[in-house]
Amino acid sequence: MVNIEIDGKQLEVIEGAMVIEAADDAGIYIPRFCYHKKLSIAANCRMCLIDVEKVGKALPACATPVTDGMKISTRSEKAIEAQKSVMEFLLINHPLDCPICDQGGECELQDIAMGYGSDVSIYSEQKRVVESKNFGPLISGDMTRCIHCTRCVRFGEEVAGIKELGSTGRGEHMEIGTYVQLSLSSEMSGNVIDLCPVGALTAKPSRFTARAWEMVQHKSIAPHDCMGSNILLHTFRNQVVRVVPKENEEINETWLTDRDRFSYEGLNSDERLTVPMVKTDGQWQEVDWDTALQKAVGGISKLLSEQGGEQLGAIASPNMTVEELFLLQKMMRSVGSGNVDHRIGQIDFTDQDDEPVFPWLGQSIQDLENNDAVLLVGCNARHDQPIAGHRIRKAELAGARIMAVNPVDYDFNFSLAAKKIVSPAKLLQELGGILKALAATSNITLPTGLVALVINITVDDAHEKIARELNEASNTSVILGLDAFAHPRFADLRAIANQIAVLSSSKLCYLSNGSNSVGAALSGAVPHRGPAGDALVLKGKSVADMFADKLAGYILLGVEAELDCVASAAASEALKQAQFVVSMSAFCNEQVKEYADVLLPVAPFSETSGTFVNAEGRWQSFEGAVAPLGETRPGWKVLRVLGNLFECTGFDYVTSREILDEVQTLTANTPLNNDMPWRCPASLVIDAQGFESIIDRPIYAGDCLVRRAGSLQDVAQKHQFAIRVNQNVATHAGLAEGEQAMAKKNNVELTLPVVIDERVPDDGVLVPSYLSHGSTTGEVTLSRV
Amino acid sequence: MTAITNYFKSLILIELFRGLVLTGKYFFRKKITVQYPEEKTPMSPRFRGLHAQRRYPNGEERCIACKLCEAVCPALAITIDSEERDDGTRRTTRYDIDLTKCIFCGFCEESCPVDAIVETRHFEYHGENRDDLYMTKEKLLAVGDKMEKQIAADRAADAPFR
Repeated sequence: MVNIEIDGKQLEVIEGAMVIEAADDAGIYIPRFCYHKKLSIAANCRMCLIDVEKVGKALPACATPVTDGMKISTRSEKAIEAQKSVMEFLLINHPLDCPICDQGGECELQDIAMGYGSDVSIYSEQKRVVESKNFGPLISGDMTRCIHCTRCVRFGEEVAGIKELGSTGRGEHMEIGTYVQLSLSSEMSGNVIDLCPVGALTAKPSRFTARAWEMVQHKSIAPHDCMGSNILLHTFRNQVVRVVPKENEEINETWLTDRDRFSYEGLNSDERLTVPMVKTDGQWQEVDWDTALQKAVGGISKLLSEQGGEQLGAIASPNMTVEELFLLQKMMRSVGSGNVDHRIGQIDFTDQDDEPVFPWLGQSIQDLENNDAVLLVGCNARHDQPIAGHRIRKAELAGARIMAVNPVDYDFNFSLAAKKIVSPAKLLQELGGILKALAATSNITLPTGLVALVINITVDDAHEKIARELNEASNTSVILGLDAFAHPRFADLRAIANQIAVLSSSKLCYLSNGSNSVGAALSGAVPHRGPAGDALVLKGKSVADMFADKLAGYILLGVEAELDCVASAAASEALKQAQFVVSMSAFCNEQVKEYADVLLPVAPFSETSGTFVNAEGRWQSFEGAVAPLGETRPGWKVLRVLGNLFECTGFDYVTSREILDEVQTLTANTPLNNDMPWRCPASLVIDAQGFESIIDRPIYAGDCLVRRAGSLQDVAQKHQFAIRVNQNVATHAGLAEGEQAMAKKNNVELTLPVVIDERVPDDGVLVPSYLSHGSTTGEVTLSRV
Repeated sequence: MTAITNYFKSLILIELFRGLVLTGKYFFRKKITVQYPEEKTPMSPRFRGLHAQRRYPNGEERCIACKLCEAVCPALAITIDSEERDDGTRRTTRYDIDLTKCIFCGFCEESCPVDAIVETRHFEYHGENRDDLYMTKEKLLAVGDKMEKQIAADRAADAPFR
């Protein structure tokens, strides 16, 4: 600790800290453009010049370390003179187009010019003009406004991990841009909008829609991944027009993923369902809530009395709130059906009775970056949970070894120390190999039954490397991602992964599906357990069984089964044969209209109050930011009324808070624990011939909201649904890039264009989840169309 | 004593004559009454009457949807919706002034960076229902088109004092 004095204020600060950090901590503001606490120091804007006693020149506060006895003045004559000069310099080439600039009103340059600049400019020569650049559908670049702070460049290098932006030229000729004409492709690219202190980089989707002072800010929680990033919804005339991150050092720091930032466009999409609708004689009619609810209750009651509770199933999206999921399971169990599930990203449920109460991350999100070694199993953290991916990248930058056993060679923004890229059928074998290597290196005896299973597996260098890294490092994690959840033998995969974690004293971690898988499991929206893992409730069928057994009636909550479920072909088959389907969702599409009988418009996250529980078990509640669109009603209110109409007891909630209190009381003692008893897989061999289907999860197709976010869909254009194979497979099957091909598996057919993708292993075909019919793998045949 | 004086004063009608003197004085003075509408009072170029939206000589509307007038309006009479026009420029899709709310303070004109919204000398407008006093973008541009000559002359006359 050293003692310094800033503006007459005595401070004790950590040695080695920069003056600007000390000043920020003490609440003394020093103007700055290029300095950002999460980025490296560039010291190129010179705005933070300060006057240090006994130093001739003014010094940049961001690049001057504190020394004992330093006396600093930020408002002395010398400092003010320096600030005014820098400000004048910066404004020489900055256009005075604030009235048409989207940053106007929230611009750091405007604010600092007001606070620290002089009132008139003596500059009368020509201003520099730079051509505007096209950075893709999300970011608009008016580069004349750029003041070369290089925050965006440093963000790309240091945080996003892709060097997309850079500077060319020197001095006045310096320009920021992509080296080649490219749109930004990082999954976190939107953060440069927040970082840019001027209007050079602004959000394209919300371009020119509203001014900073017109918008009302509401706190909320991002509804797409299990990180629960804190966000601020900016609303204008009862519409969400912008989303920005809310700083939370423990979760998203100051960042936000593009998916969370731009998915709000879906909220205002044309496909919003705004009026309750019922189907009579095959014709859809808009009706009032009473009629729609009566029809829904009538249909379900008829079904219950004629065929029993067994024949009714409820499937919810893991993006729904705790309150809604709790009421759904309560209602279902009250009417005599235990068939309620949210695990739409999973097809194998054989070990569900042994599984932890909820899929926990095994550590806090912040702790992810303290790992020394991480094994990713079926996990594409960078795309599925970019905030977790960012933490893993930070760990890697700090020296951690990241390893992966994945069905696709995902392009991570961190380097992998070892990897095994194999089709799903071979994943178990590879994990077995790691386990065998682990047992060999650490001289541990494997549990009963396992020795026989791994005896025939040959251990190669990669297995040994992974085993060694996991064994030698002290703080290690084995992370199961969405590909693992979707594996046809998830139970066996989990058992082996768990065993690897146990033998290497690693934490077993889950990066679960959707924003609220943890909350859903806690609130009992699973068929085998009640709220808080209570085993004594009416048990029912898992989502896979609900589809396989072709029930007579379904209730869908926020889920477009044919797109959201991993077993989507089975889902749409089952729904089409059902006698009665009620869909409660904020959206509606033609497929839903085909199989549903009643459509109830339920408010999306921005229009209702609710709670999400993120992967680290953090409960985060939010309020609605705007009034529900049209006749839309919050889901918990609809479910409450349905509960009352079914004459269930305990549906007298007045606020969503009451529901939350009930769930929280029930789950107060639920431990954070991912331990599972050892359950020996029958075999590690999965019979697979020919090409295997690997489920493709395009980054912006994960849920009904993001699928309707126009700009994100424009970004995703290049990752459209396709049949993806590597060159070897393409040659073998006689396919060429761009031509249409038909993939067929278990009598399900899919015709899509072919894309040559070298990330796909030699025996796999990366296809949309539509082909992952049923619970077994099967051969995919490819043919030209 | 006062009561007696007052009694005699009222008897000789002194108050009446005093009043008549004042009336008589004004009777012979120069008349200031203006025979409106045939006659009109002189008007300053800064007169704040009916609003207008101006165009550039090439016909392009001046307004760039910066919304400063909307922000500064103390009566909240202005409503603006903006968008990116096909040519990439920032434009209004809606520019409404509710004249029943407007207090004619002139702040909108003052705040406009491109002299798009102005208050003209025209004040003799009327409406037969409330809608007529709700100025839309089209109406405002029409006023501007009609009065551009005078608007431009007025701005020019006032320019030295700005």
